[in-house]
Amino acid sequence: MFIMKDLGQSHFDVLKEIGNIGAGNAATALSQLISQKIEMTVPNVSIMPFGSVSDILGGAEREVAGVYLRVFGDAPSKIVFLFSVQEAYSLVDMILHCPAGTTQEFGDFEQSALKEIGNIMTGAYLHALTKLTGLHQLSSVPSFACDMVGAIMNTALTDLGMIGDYALLIETQFSLVEREINGHFFLVPDPGSLEIILGALGVGSSCQK
Amino acid sequence: MPEIVRVGMAELKTAKAPDKIVTLGLGSCIGVCAYDAISKIGGMVHVMLPDSSLAIESTNPAKFADTGVPLLLQELKQQGVITIENIIIKIVGGAEMFAASSKDTHLGVGARNILAVEETCQELNLTISAKSVGGNAGKSITLNLETGIVEVKSMNTIFVL
Repeated sequence: MFIMKDLGQSHFDVLKEIGNIGAGNAATALSQLISQKIEMTVPNVSIMPFGSVSDILGGAEREVAGVYLRVFGDAPSKIVFLFSVQEAYSLVDMILHCPAGTTQEFGDFEQSALKEIGNIMTGAYLHALTKLTGLHQLSSVPSFACDMVGAIMNTALTDLGMIGDYALLIETQFSLVEREINGHFFLVPDPGSLEIILGALGVGSSCQK
Repeated sequence: MPEIVRVGMAELKTAKAPDKIVTLGLGSCIGVCAYDAISKIGGMVHVMLPDSSLAIESTNPAKFADTGVPLLLQELKQQGVITIENIIIKIVGGAEMFAASSKDTHLGVGARNILAVEETCQELNLTISAKSVGGNAGKSITLNLETGIVEVKSMNTIFVL
């Protein structure tokens, strides 16, 4: 099994590229959905102790809206979308073609809209990843939570606890140009999946670091 | 000056009054608080997973319920707690953050963590005097070492154990 400390620079580059292509597709899907221009950052691949994960997201107690999906298939993983609460409201307004400021709570309907965004973006992401790696992947039904960012990331990271003391996150930020919406997109490979993904792209564990 | 001691995911810390021990954003993880009222020494461990035998590679016993709780006890003894019988245990966490897909066996980790902590405490003859576990809300907790009271904070409420 692959462990974090075996990862070299070439692996990081490949993971970044996966993040780039996948998130690029996902951003395009979102852009088409809401007819708005979307910018995204170069993905950030980070390995950090579990204890410091929530620090990068503005502290464990920050309230965020999150959509969570499991990815099944050849290389299982988890996908988490995070938005600040206000930005999630704005996003719902845009999807539903309401004037800005209309959405003030996450009722069933609003949650459903956000979950659908998560669903569509994940589909686009996985499609790109499948084309690139030849790995077969399917996503679960999305689930929604509005809660502390630490608690949400807990759930996504627990499985990784089995193979080490560090979290591997492939993170992309995307932002809407016209309205201030910044989303975080995380791909968290399950234990063992990292090796499969890297292997499919020709940078397995035997590769020079 | 009383200090606030922060416990991150998969970490264990001990301290003495007037300090306070805090862990933020518990989801499926469990914060196990242990407190000795006589010496006013206490500790907290933030466990992520139920069982260390599931681990493929890990050097951190604080991450698992079955190794984290005994370690907490051991650390308290080292800090000067003499009688284990006096230690008060309070546990918080073990939520299922994404309730909609609770049929997904993976997400049962919160419930499995609760069971594992309770079983480990039983094996060690520790009595859990208070708990706030399960549900689907994230929680932050503060253990006040002056009183042994645990303040539990979620997005909507604050209460004490």
